[in-house]
Amino acid sequence: MFGLEKKDLRLLMFVAGLTLLAPFLLNPFPEGSAMAQFNAGYPDLMQRFVIFGIFAIGFNILFGLTGYLSFGHAAFLGVGSYSAMWMFKLFGMNVIPALGLAIAMSGLFAIVIGYVSLRRSGIYFSILTLAFAMMSYALAYSVLATDMDGPDKQGLLQKGLTGGETGLQLTLQDPRILGAQTTESGNIPVPSLFGVEMRSATELNLGDWVFTFSAGYYFSGVIMLLAFYLSIRIFRSPFGMMLRAVKSNQQRLTYTGLNPKPYTLAAFVISGMYAGLAGGLMAAMDPLAGPERMFWTASGEVVLMTILGGAGTLIGPVLGAGAIKYMENILSKINSDILHTWFAFLPDGLENLIVGMIYPFIGKGWHLTLGIIFMLVVIFLPGGLVEGSQRIGRMFKRKQADDDKPTATTEPAE
Amino acid sequence: MGILEVKGVGKRFGGLQALGDVNLSVAENSCHAIIGPNGAGKSTLLNCLIGKLIPDTGSVTFEGQSVLGRSPHEINQMGISRVFQTPEIFADLSVLENMLIPCFAKRDGSFELNAISAVRNQKDVQDKAMHMLEDMNLADKRHMHAASMSRGDKRRLEIAMCLAQEPRLLLLDEPTAGMARADTNNTIDLLKQIKEERDITIAIIEHDMHVVFSLADRITVLAQGTPLVEDTPDKIKGHPKVREAYLGESAD
Repeated sequence: MFGLEKKDLRLLMFVAGLTLLAPFLLNPFPEGSAMAQFNAGYPDLMQRFVIFGIFAIGFNILFGLTGYLSFGHAAFLGVGSYSAMWMFKLFGMNVIPALGLAIAMSGLFAIVIGYVSLRRSGIYFSILTLAFAMMSYALAYSVLATDMDGPDKQGLLQKGLTGGETGLQLTLQDPRILGAQTTESGNIPVPSLFGVEMRSATELNLGDWVFTFSAGYYFSGVIMLLAFYLSIRIFRSPFGMMLRAVKSNQQRLTYTGLNPKPYTLAAFVISGMYAGLAGGLMAAMDPLAGPERMFWTASGEVVLMTILGGAGTLIGPVLGAGAIKYMENILSKINSDILHTWFAFLPDGLENLIVGMIYPFIGKGWHLTLGIIFMLVVIFLPGGLVEGSQRIGRMFKRKQADDDKPTATTEPAE
Repeated sequence: MGILEVKGVGKRFGGLQALGDVNLSVAENSCHAIIGPNGAGKSTLLNCLIGKLIPDTGSVTFEGQSVLGRSPHEINQMGISRVFQTPEIFADLSVLENMLIPCFAKRDGSFELNAISAVRNQKDVQDKAMHMLEDMNLADKRHMHAASMSRGDKRRLEIAMCLAQEPRLLLLDEPTAGMARADTNNTIDLLKQIKEERDITIAIIEHDMHVVFSLADRITVLAQGTPLVEDTPDKIKGHPKVREAYLGESAD
């Protein structure tokens, strides 16, 4: 089905199931219970899971297949967000054209940046992409944010193309020539898909549990599934095989009559377009675009996601994106008061000691936890979380096999 | 006029004249060996033929077309394939995938954005790759990781990958270097078989005289960047100049 092999189809169905049931799966604890803060089933966070999932899936097409480590992919994320915002400002609040422009613009940027950066490989390629991303950041932060407007300071460009430090925002004066300039109540309209507002949500109360179904989340989720499906097709195509050949041995590829340059450039542009799509979706979920989206830490984050999940695997980047965004949002919310309530059953001195030991790793210190987990994964599971789950799977299989054959065979000592 | 014509080729690296004035003509469907002591310029000459180096002077033509100034993949698409001293294969890919890539290169040219259709649905390419693997006795190893094969099998695979492109000229750079005697003999047999079964010209650079004299129809002896003699193997064997250059023996 869908032109996929059985194994890949199962994977796609698995991801589709997770995406559709996420509001339930991520809300396992009843409202008001002590564990409720570990619930991640609220629309804002779920949207971030799938959007960063798209970003990482695209990054993996470049890094996982060709081995070219781009350190500037956040530039495309930012370009996507700004493009979507301008579509909202100029033409209207429908998200489809906004995403279309986001993909097209980031693709154009990727052609230029990729063409120059791919003249080098290895660390030089990484540095070139980093330089381009920081240049884009500087452009967005100050250069393109200067007043390009007339003296009345009321027009579209009163804060330049990018809005500078405060970011690009919607205003009541935006023309929106194909949609309503204001809502009936005189407010700024919100992004929507043919009338369905992205922020609209319905709640389902089941006993103590509250499940939220958000239009924005499901829209992003469906787009992520499409992006994931496309990446499976790319992985299994001749093009994908050539990209793995680029990673494996460029010399042999050249002496097999194939030109590696267009292959790597195509991979770079495709992954840049994925990043642009993710950036456009961010703007569609929350109509605001700021330059910090292009900062190098954002580029580094997607590298972490891909390696943590498993570079070069299909599902790895999605898992990595989920894991990092979960930690960022859940661990950082735990504070010392919460810790004290957890360990209240211990004697006072011990309680303070344990809270003191855990405290550096939560709240603002969540980066410390992330760093430790990342180090452990890179050292012990070079294949990322995917390798971890494969090892666990194999362990169970071996156990079953052992149970089936209880008679110990004599094996030659090695 | 040969399939490959090298005329007046010279190459300088700083103060070192690696190639002086090389003239060479490789006849179609022959096996032409280039031998010479270390530092004679054999590898430099080979690199000039495949676009890795650009000679300072002279011309190189293949089937009447100049190869100079073309990039390596273009020269390869003209019909020249190269086997390296240490087998260059796609170590991270499976044996079958290693075989599929040259088959795609033959069918689609140097670049084809074929990003949606599945590899396994490309029946013509799959069949050709499987056929080549069967020819080379590698079919039962097709799912193996190429990196985990033996040295001899890697060499077989590399030669098979070159043949899959149906080249008209196959360049071999010391194909048996570092091989055990048994593997060397297998490689000789394989090359003999290729020579007999296919319309192919072979140019070989080799140290091992056993290999050279079992395969070559013609031999060029290179010394200090210039061809010393060119003749048939029997004549070369007894040639006093060759003995002198190669073995350091005086000709008295």
